Order: sequence, then C-alpha cells, then structure tokens
Amino acid sequence: MYRLILYIIGFLCPILSCFGQLTVCPECPINTVQSAVEKAEDGTHILIKKGVYLVNDLVIDKKIQIEGEPGAIIDGNEAGGIIIITSDSVHIRGLRIQNVGKSYIKDWAAIKLHKTKGFIIENNHFENVFFGIVVEKSKRGIIRNNTIHSVSESEHNSGNGIHLWHSKMIEIVGNNVSGQRDGIYLEFVDKSRIENNICSDNLRYGLHFMFSHEDEYINNTFMDNGAGVAVMFSKKIKMIRNTFIKNWGSSSYGLLLKEINDAEIKENLFEENTIGIHAEGTNRINYFNNNFVRNGWAVKVRGACFKNIFKQNNFLFNTFDISYQGNLNENQFDQNYWSSYTGYDLDKNGVGDIPYRPVKLFSYIVNRTPETIILLRSLFVDMINFSEKVSPIFTPDNLLDNNPMMREVR
Amino acid sequence: MIKILKYSFYDLMRSRWSYAYFVFYLLLGFVLLFLNNNLDKAIITLMNIIVILTPLIGTVFGVMYYYNSKEFTELLLAQPVKRSTIFLGQFIGLSVSLSLSLVLGLGIPFLFYGIMNSAIILNFITLIFVGAFLTFIFVALAYNIALSNENKIKGFGYAILMWLFMAVIYDGLFLISLLVFDDYPLDQFSLFATVFNPVDLSRILILLKLDISALMGYTGAVFKDFFGTIFGLIASFSMLMLWIIFPLLRIVRKASRKDF
Amino acid sequence: MIQIKDLHKTFGKVPVLKELNLTIKDSGIFAILGPNGSGKTTLIKSILGMVVPDKGEILIDGKSTKGQWEHRQKINYLPQIANFPSNLSVIEVIEMIKNIRNSKTRDGDLVELFKLQPFLNKKLANLSGGTRQKVNIILTFMFDDPILILDEPTTGLDPLSLIHLKSLIKEAKEKGKTILITSHIMQFVEEISDEIVFLLDGKIYFKGSVKLLKETYNEQDLEHAIAALLNVQYD
Repeated sequence: MYRLILYIIGFLCPILSCFGQLTVCPECPINTVQSAVEKAEDGTHILIKKGVYLVNDLVIDKKIQIEGEPGAIIDGNEAGGIIIITSDSVHIRGLRIQNVGKSYIKDWAAIKLHKTKGFIIENNHFENVFFGIVVEKSKRGIIRNNTIHSVSESEHNSGNGIHLWHSKMIEIVGNNVSGQRDGIYLEFVDKSRIENNICSDNLRYGLHFMFSHEDEYINNTFMDNGAGVAVMFSKKIKMIRNTFIKNWGSSSYGLLLKEINDAEIKENLFEENTIGIHAEGTNRINYFNNNFVRNGWAVKVRGACFKNIFKQNNFLFNTFDISYQGNLNENQFDQNYWSSYTGYDLDKNGVGDIPYRPVKLFSYIVNRTPETIILLRSLFVDMINFSEKVSPIFTPDNLLDNNPMMREVR
Repeated sequence: MIKILKYSFYDLMRSRWSYAYFVFYLLLGFVLLFLNNNLDKAIITLMNIIVILTPLIGTVFGVMYYYNSKEFTELLLAQPVKRSTIFLGQFIGLSVSLSLSLVLGLGIPFLFYGIMNSAIILNFITLIFVGAFLTFIFVALAYNIALSNENKIKGFGYAILMWLFMAVIYDGLFLISLLVFDDYPLDQFSLFATVFNPVDLSRILILLKLDISALMGYTGAVFKDFFGTIFGLIASFSMLMLWIIFPLLRIVRKASRKDF
Repeated sequence: MIQIKDLHKTFGKVPVLKELNLTIKDSGIFAILGPNGSGKTTLIKSILGMVVPDKGEILIDGKSTKGQWEHRQKINYLPQIANFPSNLSVIEVIEMIKNIRNSKTRDGDLVELFKLQPFLNKKLANLSGGTRQKVNIILTFMFDDPILILDEPTTGLDPLSLIHLKSLIKEAKEKGKTILITSHIMQFVEEISDEIVFLLDGKIYFKGSVKLLKETYNEQDLEHAIAALLNVQYD
C-alpha cells in the first residue's frame, strides 16, 4: 500500500510539480546551475532557460531532473569535466554541453555517471567534449538521441563518445557520435542494447567491445571510422542489421573480431571497407544473410577460428572474397552467392553444379607479400589463379562452397 | 599531314578489319551487359579485356597496316611530302580509327544500358580513355618494330613477343622478384616497375577507380601518396604520353634513315 | 640541273653505288643503262630521296637534297613496279596524288589518250599489269614539273600505248624538261635518248651521246655497242 501511494505520487509529480520546479536563467534569482542543484531536493525539476552557463565538476547527488530549453548551453571552458552524477534516477535532457578540458591522465567527461541506476540522458548535444558520456559501475540506464561531436586529431589526446565501464543493462539508442576516438566504448558491459546509432568519422572504432558479454547491437551505421566495430574478448554478442561502410585505411576493417565466441552476425551490410570482417580466434560464430559489397577483402580469417558458419551471404564484387590462414578447421561455407562464381546450373535448381573456391592463390600471395597487390587483376595473376583453381596446391583444397547460389540471396 | 592522315584513315575505314574490330567491341559490350545485367560487374570484366586486348589489337593492326600499306607509303615517298609526315599521318590515322572503333563499339551498348545516369560513368570514361591510350602506345611500338624489320614474318613475331612481354611476362617477373626480395622494402620498386610498363600503369589507373579500397588499404604509403593524388594521376598520364612520344620519336628517326 | 657528287651507297655489305659523280644538264633525255643490279634504280631513288646515301651529295638546281622533301615538287616519278594501295580505285589514286601535289594537271586528257575511262572506278588490285602501268604513266605525266624520272616506263605496254608514251616523252623534251629514263629495251632508248649514262657495278662506264657510243665501239646499233662495252669491261 505504501508503495502504491509512492507510485501514484511519483506519477502525478511532474504535473503538480509537488516537489517543486526551479528555473535557471541569466536574469533569474537563480542564475547558475550550481546554485539550482544546491537548492534542489530529490525529485526537483530544474529548467534551464536560454543562456550560457559555466559549469565545472558539478556533482549531482540528488534524484533530480535537469532540462534545457533550446539555447541552454553548459560550458566547461575547457577547464575539466562538467557534470558528475552519483545519484540514481537522474534525468538530463535538452542541453547543449560543450568544451570539456583535455587531459592525458584523467578521463574528463561532459557527463560522468558513477555507481548509479535508472538514469536517462537524452536529446542532448555534446560539442567539443573530451569524453562525452562516461558510465561507471552503473545499471539500467538509458542514453538516447544524443549528438556527440568533437574534432579529434590523434588517438592519445581524444576521448570516447559514449564510454561504459563495468555496467549492465544499459540502452544506447539513436545517438549520433562523430569525431571522437571510439564512438561507443564498452568494457565489462553485459546485457546491454545498442540500437539505431550512427557512428561516423571516429578516429579509432565506431563501436568497441572489450570483455563484454550478452550484448546486442542492431540497426546501427558505422561509416568512415578508423575501423567500424571491434569486438574483442567477448561472448554471445548479437550483431544484426548493421551497416558497415567505407571504413578504409591501411589496417582498417568493417568489423574486427578477436577472441570471441558464440556470436550471431546476421543481415549486416559491409560495403566498401578495406576488410569487411577480420576474424581472429573466433569460435562458433554464425554469419548468416550478410551482404558483402565491393570490399577489398570481404572476410579475412586468421588463425585459430573454429566452427564458424557462413551461410546464405552475398559476396558481391569484392576484390577478394575470402582470405584464409591455416586449415579449414570445421568452418563451413554453404549456400552463399558469389558474384565471381563462373559455374553453371544445368539442373536449374538455383544452386551451382560445381563448388566454388572462395580463396584465390593471389589472395594467398598477397598475404605473404603485401606489395604484390599492385599486380591485382593482371593477366599473369589471372593465369596463376586459374591454375590454382584447377589443381589447388597452396590454398586449402577442402575450402569450398558446395552449394553456391546462382542468384543473390534475398 | 592532315591529307596523309585523311587518306590513311579513309583507307582504314574502307577495310573490313576496322569494322570487324568495331563489331567485336559492340558484341562484347552487349553480351557482357546481357550476361551480367550489372554495370559494375561488366566494367570489371571489361577492364580485364581492355588492358589485355587493346594492346594486342594495336600491335597486330600496327604491324599489319605497316606491311600492307607499303605501296601506299612508296607512292607517297615520291611525292613532295616530308617523310615524318607520312609515317606520323599513318600512325595517327590508324590509332584514331582503332580508338574510334573502341569508343563507339563499347560506348553504344553501355549507352543503351543507361551508363549516363549511372554513378560509374567516370569509371567507364577512364576505361575508354586508358584503352585509347594503350591503342596509341602499342600502334607506335608495333610501327617501330615493323620499320626495323623488312621481313614480315619476323616483324610480326617480334611484335607479338613484345605484347606478350608487356602483358604477361613482365608481370610474372615482377611477381617473382617481389616474392624473392620480400625481406626488403619493395614499395619504391613496385611503384617504378608499374610505371615503366604501360599495361601495368593502365591497369593501376583503372583499378584506382574500381578496387580502390583494397589497394589503398593494404600496401604502403607510397602507393597511396603517389596514385591517390592529383599529382600521381597527372604523372601517370604523362608517363603514358611519354610511352607514345618516345616510340614516335624513334619512328621519325628510323624513317628518316630508311631506304625504300 | 642535277649534280651528283661522290655518291656512295651500300645495302648491307654490298656496295651498290661507288663514289659516283654525274652531272645532268637541263633539258634533254638521259638514258641510264646498265645490267641488272648495276645501281640504276638506287641512283634514281637517291635523287628522289627515297634512298638515303651513305656519302656524297645530290644537288638539284644547286640546292642539296639531303633530308629535304621540297625538291620532289619538281620531279615527276614513274616507279618501276606499279604498286598502288590495292583497295583504292583508279580515280581515287589520281585524285589523291593531285590533292597531295596540289598543282595543275591534265589527267582528263591522259585518261582519254590511254582509254582508261572504263577502269576509273575499278579497284587497282583488279587491274592487269599493263593497265596499271597506264595509270602509272598518267600519274607521272599529268603534272607539268621540270624533271621527269621514268623507271622502266615501257613495261607491259601495248604498241599503241607505247607510241603514246613516246610522244609524251618527246613533248616533254620539247618543253625543255630534263628526263631520266632507265630501260632494257635498247631500241626504245636508241630512238628517244639524247645522252646515255652507262652504269656498271655502281660506277659510270660511259657517258655521252648514242652516236658517240656507237662510234667508240664501232657498232651499227646500240644493243651491240652496249654488248661490246660489257665485253671490254669483263675481259
């Protein structure tokens, strides 16, 4: 009964503003954010009107909501961090937060959350921040529809857009992160969902998992980053309907997988990346229904990969479809469509009558001596590829797609 | 010069071979598009063909035309016309007519398939442009060989050998040397080796339009810095120009000393 | 006037012309005679500039022809073998040469003279040797330039055409042109030439009038005089 009353009060509160509302504006009695937070109690709603407010290392330790009207700007003047939240259930929305100081030893952030639950950070615009949103040891929070943008020059003096550490059940939805080091970074983060974000032009990765498990990321776009997404030392990650596009550079890829197990990679689009997927030490991964279009290498499989299944993917106009090291190792290629397949389908069942060999001799040579790439598509290379196709010597001869599709898989 | 060019061109336009060449490209274009139904894929296939075939056709036609138009040449030599004019006129007449066959033969089918509205129009233009360059280069080289060999069979043999070397053997040697010396930095070497073979250079120029990610991504900064820039592009096309100019200079020199 | 000074030419290792000196004055018909391989055609082609001499100099009207092409404007040349681009028609070749030389012509009269009208639109490849030679003659005589060089002009001609050819040559002579002829038909040479240049092994063995040659070797006709000359040389 007591709880029910609390719920009702909680529901009515915003309407009646029974816990009070504080308004901040340059001409108001309360003209700084700091004093508003000082005066606030749990449940207070602070409305920030248009104006520029200098804030440094403001600690929020009450369950309050801060909302900015259009034109409300919180400025850190590049002196350090801006807001530090240590209380549960803090909501921050509609603010423009800018100019976080840079540091080589401290991860100063526009908003830092420490040991909190139930926070909501939404519809904010972060500009020229070192770190954007840092979440430490927190649970059940939502980071939604924010824009984070900085201009980063090098990896060591730039920070991540959204940085999560030792957290659980966080939702990161609809954000747009650009010009950071990593767009979204997760370390020891479990059971979280990352959806509908756009990460572009970040120096290192669009999205970066370390030691994180049972997370899923869906429908995100990763474009023009140093590399699209890196998933390392993680388990049970679902990667669905994401777009990895134009991640190119000398060691660039759409998706980097390193030491990960039991992942699902489905219905993603990899387009014009130097390497679509780079897999190293991956086990039991299902690659289903992905599209690989015009990548340098669609998939690069390095050593120690076991029981990976590539099924019903489309490999379209990649310079190399598969690059492979070592033995087949129970990895499977089946029912994929390969644009460079030259076989025929006499029985008209939609499946090519002769198997397809996705690994070319030249791809093997380029692995050995990268400079040989300069001979790509020369007649001589076509000739040696052909002879290798007829009688494999250097490439694993059981690496085959026995059921190459005649038409693109829809 | 214009007159000689006109007559050479006129002469070629009446020969069955230019039509055969034109029809060949026309068919090739249509068949490629019909089979692939995809401009992207057709262009990749086309690239392989252009880089290999235009040099071959240029070589064969160059040698053939030189020997076949001997009477024409001798007739002209007795007229008040400069020698270099005669040979340059023939060279340009032949190269232009071959290039025209290429441009029209491939242009028409691709126009039909709506290349104009496609994003790859630039790739296509590069392709045709490079094909025309290769035609000029290999006609010039073939003329050189023919001028130096009175014996038709010998001239023909050397010319085919020249093509084979440029199109295949060179790349084989190149690949082997890259593999053998892979402990050393090879970027500079590969760059030079590429630039000194017009077939390789053309291939790279087209590749930069098609497989840019793989090329740019993997190899050293040298390629990126060279081919990826406007300077590199200009340097490459200048190199192709040199591949026309030097053989032409030799044609002029050789022709001025030759007895007919 | 054509002056040839110290002209030397070898093909491969075979010397064809050896330090040859010759002056051909304006106007008149000069026959260049000699056995096969004596260098007649090479000499003619050197004058035209089709063959590049190793040494020596050729002056036409006092100007060196070395590396030049303008002097060919003064010369009408009838080649020994009537080779033409095979896929052109007679009229096209005539038009082409007219176009290239760009000077006044009388090709219409000549076509009529040799009765070539029916062949005008035929491909040269399909013509008989004699007809081709007629085309050759037309191409040479249709212009009105001061020097005529005729290399075996009588090859393959029928008697009527031969008569026409002779009259054309005579007409040219009357106009004061310089005419160089090579021929194996001594009767023809004897009939028309004013002066004879006899070449053997790349050297000139005789230069003078037909009369002088006959008197020198005490023979009644040119043929025997030449034979005698040859005999003397080989003895």
